[in-house]
Amino acid sequence: MSRSGLLDRHLAFLEALRAAGLPVSLAEDLDAVTALQALPWDDRATLREGYAATLVKKPSFRPTFDTLFDLYFPRLVGAGADRGPDDEAGAGEDAPGPRDNGPALAAFREQLLDALAAGDQQTLARLAAEMVGRFGAMPGRGPGLSSWSAYTALQRVAPSELVDKIVAALLAQGRTGEEAQRVAGRRLGGFTGMVEDDARRRIAEEKGPDHVAKVAVRPTIDRLDFLQARRSDLEEMRREIYPLARRLATRMTQEHHAHRRGALDFRRTVRASLSTGGVPLTTHHKPKRPHRTELVVLCDVSGSVANFAQFTLLLVFALRDQFQKVRAFTFIDHVHEVTQHFRPGADVADVMADLAASTSHAALWGRTNYGRAFTKFAEEHPDALGPKSSLLVLGDARSNYSDLALGPLKEMAATARHSWWLNPEHRRHWDTGDSAARAYGEVVPMAECRNLTQLGEFVHDIL
Amino acid sequence: MTTWFASPADAVDRLGTAGYLADRATATTAFLAGSLEKPLLVEGPAGVGKTELAKAVARATGAELVRLQCYEGLDEARALYEWNYKKQLLRIQASGEQEWDATHDDIFTDEFLLTRPLLTAIRREEPTVLLIDEVDKTDVEVEGLLLEVLSDFQVTIPELGTVTAVRRPFVVLTSNATRELSEAVKRRCLFLHLDYPDAEREREIVSSQVPELEDRLAEQLVAMVGRLRELELKKAPSIAESVDWARTLVALEIRDLDDKAVDDTLGVVLKHASDTDRAVRELRLRK
Repeated sequence: MSRSGLLDRHLAFLEALRAAGLPVSLAEDLDAVTALQALPWDDRATLREGYAATLVKKPSFRPTFDTLFDLYFPRLVGAGADRGPDDEAGAGEDAPGPRDNGPALAAFREQLLDALAAGDQQTLARLAAEMVGRFGAMPGRGPGLSSWSAYTALQRVAPSELVDKIVAALLAQGRTGEEAQRVAGRRLGGFTGMVEDDARRRIAEEKGPDHVAKVAVRPTIDRLDFLQARRSDLEEMRREIYPLARRLATRMTQEHHAHRRGALDFRRTVRASLSTGGVPLTTHHKPKRPHRTELVVLCDVSGSVANFAQFTLLLVFALRDQFQKVRAFTFIDHVHEVTQHFRPGADVADVMADLAASTSHAALWGRTNYGRAFTKFAEEHPDALGPKSSLLVLGDARSNYSDLALGPLKEMAATARHSWWLNPEHRRHWDTGDSAARAYGEVVPMAECRNLTQLGEFVHDIL
Repeated sequence: MTTWFASPADAVDRLGTAGYLADRATATTAFLAGSLEKPLLVEGPAGVGKTELAKAVARATGAELVRLQCYEGLDEARALYEWNYKKQLLRIQASGEQEWDATHDDIFTDEFLLTRPLLTAIRREEPTVLLIDEVDKTDVEVEGLLLEVLSDFQVTIPELGTVTAVRRPFVVLTSNATRELSEAVKRRCLFLHLDYPDAEREREIVSSQVPELEDRLAEQLVAMVGRLRELELKKAPSIAESVDWARTLVALEIRDLDDKAVDDTLGVVLKHASDTDRAVRELRLRK
């Protein structure tokens, strides 16, 4: 078989998928090729589904796959066929002159507003391509040096300023206020994503997809850093918490069942052996008592790490039946108990809102001070920790160069049965600046926990 | 060898005739599962029509459906085959003076074999759809058992030898993703993630399942379900709930889905108290 350009493209696509963290085996590669032979070639969407069915075996990988598929098998080339009749009809009058001018911008924003209010995905995709082409071009010094910027395009058109108008339009469609806000936010987020996709596509056309694939593809949601997540990512992560908790609980139940047999029950074994003439054919075992810890969670809720603390708290409370008791405290420079916000069966969004509202109780001056928080905790809640309880501290150990209060923390760690510290920063940032990671890490074992996967693994291990 | 579907478009048509409105991803994957003769792993939230897909494939292609329902504690004897001990015992007692060797050969024959779904599907000579339902509920050991069946479509019975499929069945595995399946199983399967459908397709599904429902009401219903899914709920309503809701509305003879009607019948779609509270509050159902 002679090497076709198609095979090269296929292999490059697979390489890019692997580089982005999708486990694509050789067997799946061969399946994909077989699938391509079986599928009709005239339809890009069918081709995409064929690839997806053979290569993507986990829903969380799908966004990454879609981004890369768009890079390697682009929807259109350049401005594409979309420069077609409908587009010219809309903005035909300024076609000969400079296409990026005031009136064009105003007209474009009108179109965008209509499309966003209607939620029309096809029009939005067309507008995204038009927007990057028209407002996101960055002329280069020579041929092949010009580039495209989603950032510039988004700055010029500023779709986020349209929020109020979209909300008004949605309210007119009979939606309630909060709902309209949320829908508008989600549609804008989606459109921003489309614009970024289109800019990537155009850059890939000029510099080759491999170049873009290396730098521009975001990690999957369960590997996304808490500290780098955007607002729309956080919402998506929040939706992942309950499925994650359920998966962990199932896994743990199964593992417990696998080691269900406890110590030999001598009395029952001998008793049962009477029926076989004193030969113990079947042994009987005592049931294993599941060990349930009392967990005390202390979390730093200052701005930089608040998201991380919220996710961990949500996960811990979603798994509460695996613990005997859970108590949660938040702190910035003062300690505040938040256990009462986690009612059984409570609504996630409500809990998050309550937590955010109670943040003010955890601060006196508003500057993170671990030392003061630990001292206060030891003073005000001496009953929280005992020989049956475990202590979990969440935070980046950045204490604004204040007193670390290692003494009280040592006492706390000594009282508790186990203690752990989860740090949402990458290990290479520990001990830089005002981080006291090593000093605290010597008292309480510290682990890196940057994303949902690591969080899930950690929670599984401590149970 | 029959081909199951001629093309993705053919899959859409024939599944549609069988009463299953497939979107492009579903049709393409179903077509590939047939033409590549690979098992199809369908994953997604409860009630989006995973099991129904397997039934629809069986109906559309005139194949027979063999179903293996998975649960915790499922073992070889329930999934694959079992020797009929009682009958074997009777045979031994009845044989009387017969030599042991002859008896031994006698009792390990087809006559004493109880086939379970997996073996049944492999031995059938007519077209078969094998549905392995809720595969995530089983123990990890059963996955190992499935590997041989799924990759080579053969089963090894020590006393009889290896049974190889005469005609490869169309295998559908469904999973609610309560746990990660092993890489080995996933690698052998085509993967399809079924999600909530878009409004247009959902309206068609509801109308085809509940033909008595008026078009205008169906549109209102689908729009309302769409709004509910945008809320942060513990369990978002799926297609099964939409269809139930449609049946409820027909039964109660509700002609217009206004706020009061929604509030009265919300229990059909939302199954958690906190979800109901949230929906009532955010959609301002109670003025």
